Amino acid sequence: MSVVLIRSGLVALLLSASAGYALAGETTKVQISKLTFLPPEITVHVGDTVEWANADFIPHTATVKPTAASAGWDVPIPAGKTGQLVVSEIGTVDYICRLHPNMKAKIIVLAK
Amino acid sequence: MKFLPHASFLAAIVLLAGAAGAYAADKPTDPQIAHIAYTAGVLDAKAGEQALAISKNEAVRAFATSMVTDHNAVNVQALALVKKLGVTPEDNATSKGLADQAAAKLAELGKLTGADFDKAYATNEVAYHKAVNGALADLLIPSASNAELKSLLETGLKIFQGHEKHAEDVVAGLK
Repeated sequence: MSVVLIRSGLVALLLSASAGYALAGETTKVQISKLTFLPPEITVHVGDTVEWANADFIPHTATVKPTAASAGWDVPIPAGKTGQLVVSEIGTVDYICRLHPNMKAKIIVLAK
Repeated sequence: MKFLPHASFLAAIVLLAGAAGAYAADKPTDPQIAHIAYTAGVLDAKAGEQALAISKNEAVRAFATSMVTDHNAVNVQALALVKKLGVTPEDNATSKGLADQAAAKLAELGKLTGADFDKAYATNEVAYHKAVNGALADLLIPSASNAELKSLLETGLKIFQGHEKHAEDVVAGLK
């Protein structure tokens, strides 16, 4: 009986682990230092997470303005902190810092 | 004539250029540099607050918000640094000149409203940042003795160069 319980427990663990892995995707990090996104271009897959780490003492954002074709997004990245985005649309997007629009970078999003 | 955007800061440039040129031997000291940079930041934050009180233009307000946030953030760093270094910021002809001229500019812009204000403010911000960035690059950074002060000024210059470009974009968008 105890063997059966342990086995079912293992199955449950494996199931939850695989589900967690499938949902989480990969995380790609972008550094912000002295008003520059580094690297300026990254390639990720749908479902992946992009994490920006702001090393500056002023706030930034990672922003794509909404268009007719896309809702856009706006990730606040406070001074000395991080901001995250799970990418959901295939394509190449140029993004900016809304607060400092001369800060520009690019994300290429491929199919999962 | 709509406004005189450059007059105040031309005077500041003349002061700074005078310090850099004819009196090269009398380069500003670290306490003077700290006070000039700090004053320049306070003045632009004030200009940003004025813009937020007057302007209804979204692009101008977004720019002004960044000016207030960024210049105050730089000055928090500057105050922490002068405290750490035990430096007492020292008032001087350049910082006094900047303050006097900025007060005159605030009064001048305060008489304007709507699109007239937006254009005058944004155009002045381009000129202001050009003047301050030129002073930082050509005089204040090369004259700074302390490495941490020099580094903070260099970071400030990077931020203010971004402001200059942002201001140019705002001006272009108003036309």
